[in-house]
Amino acid sequence: MSDDHIDEESGIATTGHEWDGIRELDNPMPRWWLWVFYASIVWSIGYWVLMPAWPALPGMQGHTTGVVGNSERVNVAADLDALQSSRADSFAELESASGYDVIEADPVLFRFALAAGESAFGNFCATCHGAGAQGFVGYPNLNDDVWLWGGSFDAIRTTIRYGIRSDHPDTHFSQMPAFGADGLLSREDVRHVRDYVLSLSGNAGFEAAALNAGGEIFASQCATCHGDNGTGDVSQGAPDLTDAIWLYGGSAEQVEASIWRGPFGVMPAWEGRLDDPTITALATYVYSLGGGEIAPANNGAGGE
Amino acid sequence: MSQANAMPVKSSGLDGMLIGLICILGAFWSLIAAARGVDPQIVAHGWLMLIGFVVGLYLLVNAYTGHGRYEESGFYHDNVIKAGAIATIFWAVAGLVVGLFIALQLTWPGLFYFEQLGFLNFGRLRPLHTSAVVFAFGGNALIATSFYVVQRTCRARLAGGLWPWFVFWGYQFFIVIAATGYVMGVTQTLEYAEPEWYADIWLTIVWVAYLLVFLGTLWKRKEPHIYVANWFYLAFIVTIAVLHIVNNLAIPVDAFGSYSYSVFAGVQNALTQWWYGHNAVGFFLTAGFLGIMYYFVPKRVGRPVYSYRLSILHFWSLIFIYIWAGPHHLHYTALPEWAQTLGMTFSIMLWMPSWGGMINGVMTLSGAWDKLRTDPVVRMMVLALAFYGMSTFEGPLMSVRAVNALSHYTEWTVGHVHSGALGWVGMISFAAIYCMVPWLWKKKGMWSRSLIEWHFWLATFGIVFYVAALWPAGINQGMMWRAYNELGFLEYSFVEVVEAMHPYYIIRAIGGLLFLAGALVMAFNMYKTITGDVSETEDIVEPQPQAIPAE
Repeated sequence: MSDDHIDEESGIATTGHEWDGIRELDNPMPRWWLWVFYASIVWSIGYWVLMPAWPALPGMQGHTTGVVGNSERVNVAADLDALQSSRADSFAELESASGYDVIEADPVLFRFALAAGESAFGNFCATCHGAGAQGFVGYPNLNDDVWLWGGSFDAIRTTIRYGIRSDHPDTHFSQMPAFGADGLLSREDVRHVRDYVLSLSGNAGFEAAALNAGGEIFASQCATCHGDNGTGDVSQGAPDLTDAIWLYGGSAEQVEASIWRGPFGVMPAWEGRLDDPTITALATYVYSLGGGEIAPANNGAGGE
Repeated sequence: MSQANAMPVKSSGLDGMLIGLICILGAFWSLIAAARGVDPQIVAHGWLMLIGFVVGLYLLVNAYTGHGRYEESGFYHDNVIKAGAIATIFWAVAGLVVGLFIALQLTWPGLFYFEQLGFLNFGRLRPLHTSAVVFAFGGNALIATSFYVVQRTCRARLAGGLWPWFVFWGYQFFIVIAATGYVMGVTQTLEYAEPEWYADIWLTIVWVAYLLVFLGTLWKRKEPHIYVANWFYLAFIVTIAVLHIVNNLAIPVDAFGSYSYSVFAGVQNALTQWWYGHNAVGFFLTAGFLGIMYYFVPKRVGRPVYSYRLSILHFWSLIFIYIWAGPHHLHYTALPEWAQTLGMTFSIMLWMPSWGGMINGVMTLSGAWDKLRTDPVVRMMVLALAFYGMSTFEGPLMSVRAVNALSHYTEWTVGHVHSGALGWVGMISFAAIYCMVPWLWKKKGMWSRSLIEWHFWLATFGIVFYVAALWPAGINQGMMWRAYNELGFLEYSFVEVVEAMHPYYIIRAIGGLLFLAGALVMAFNMYKTITGDVSETEDIVEPQPQAIPAE
């Protein structure tokens, strides 16, 4: 070093250089630091010996394979195989189960169907219907006993399979006209219909003239699908307007907006994306949430 | 001062001509982009860049007519550093504001969602936040301090005449192009490398100028040896140039369009990106800021650097090992397992080289430990080193494949990044600025010492809230994602995990708010220091040794 210099405070020699008043002590590297550094290198070399690590010459599989012969891809494929084979029997049973009664009668299968259904529901359905299947404005609550397209086990499974207004050829389909937006009714007429519709579920306080006018329009424009009494039609997905349960909200503004724009709610078809037993499991789960209907809808009472 | 007046202050003229040529060519391209750009974004950017280049030409003319503060009679070229210090704090506040805003968006997505203002979406603002804090705040801190340090430790004036000013303004210009691009949706979707090809070309020009200014100053040095801080700065500048160019190799769809395709595809693209991304952490956020540490810590505490030998070994080991560690960002992906192994083992080997900097920094306080009590700036430095040590231990830990299986994609990663970014990068930069401002503006200290104390505690509590929320959040999240019931089905749906994060997000947002408040306190203190007479404080300031002029 260029000149000898001792730091007075510590009594340790510096390197002799000075930069803008800064000097450097000539302390040795801390031993523990050095040894941990060496140890990490030794450990790494050991790891390279054991595991796939370095690109290799041609003819050596492209890389060193390591003496343990570990392969993450093989491991993950084996894990998936093990999982699939452990569940294969249950899924096969689900696939062949003819109906809800059969599944429910077998406690092991029922538990499996609910677990599979809940898992699939969380991944695929909760986005719109909510984690608790409670629904949101525009997305039906699946816990209640009100079903737009039928609440029997088979009806639910059909809806899941083909969707609603989806791109599947067998999809449920119906379309409510956008009465206001397309100019079929004036704003005033829409408001009359709104009042009439609201009165069907027990709301009061509307002007008699408005109700009369609204009722007339309802009979000519709405009753074809929603029924003369407004109780809806499950075969067309036309909601029951008398049950005070509202897919798009029950405030005057919301009902008016629905009549004005004609809602066109869409649910995707899951056939092709989910396999049959999973769809059955989903239907089981949704059916079991509380509102499933026992027999196929027989009286058009499953509106909204 | 009479000595200083003897210094040559005129530039050769060649620098101005070259800068002028760059501005004219840039303005020409911008004009065509503005007039005939193939997409609305490039048209907007064309106009913006046209304005920028015209302003650049105006500043250049000003520099020669003597109205600008470009030349100065002092021995050192300090005005550009003053501008850098101000820019650093400006971008710190800007970046932290955006960070707080997106933290609130994650916490209350319904409340902070603006349907009509698409540019305020999380996806647009997230890169704005990361780039603002890393490149705008961190980058300005690095450029300003490196200009300061290289002059003092080389006893040489910054090389290149007007080029340091070109670096400063060119860099701000890059930040503005990048930031406006993000909110318009201009991105090449590479994390930390989002700016599109034309912004990348501009940054390349600026960065090469930066490298040449730095090298030129080293070349002119009057010291026989190059000080360790400059090794780190140089490693940072050179490596960032290499990383930036390679990761941004792309073919523009149109010479006047804002879109490009990377020359790398598939897993090669991913590996190149994370080779870049991890070394942005390694060479930008680690090596560069170690350069800051190696000058400002010994300077502030008035003690020699603890060990010269340690600095040599940890420098070279850090440089050689860091560059290999990137693949640990791609565990359990399409990246071949052997590459993952290398990324992981090199990260483990990186642990001690990283800690060498912490040891050298903290042990430099030997004989001056009392300053921890008396000087809040020294406390900031030690806090920074403590967080540096924590993050550089946590990093290798998280690179272990088994740990990564739990931590990857969770908030743990975000907590890790912020313990490094807020704790290390933020605090060491703030400390350096607190040192530099009185030195640059020739004040006896910062305006208010108690405001520095306030800043220290606000920032410390902010960091603690932040990382104390996101560590458990991430582990919780990882555990929930991997939880299976006995039938082999996922225990939790994704949305349930999102819901579980809510309380942690609230605490994180509070932490961010506190950290931002600290930065605002600092900005105010800085403003008062620069503009006012410093009367309230008895700040500890080491007077600068008299510059020794050439010859």
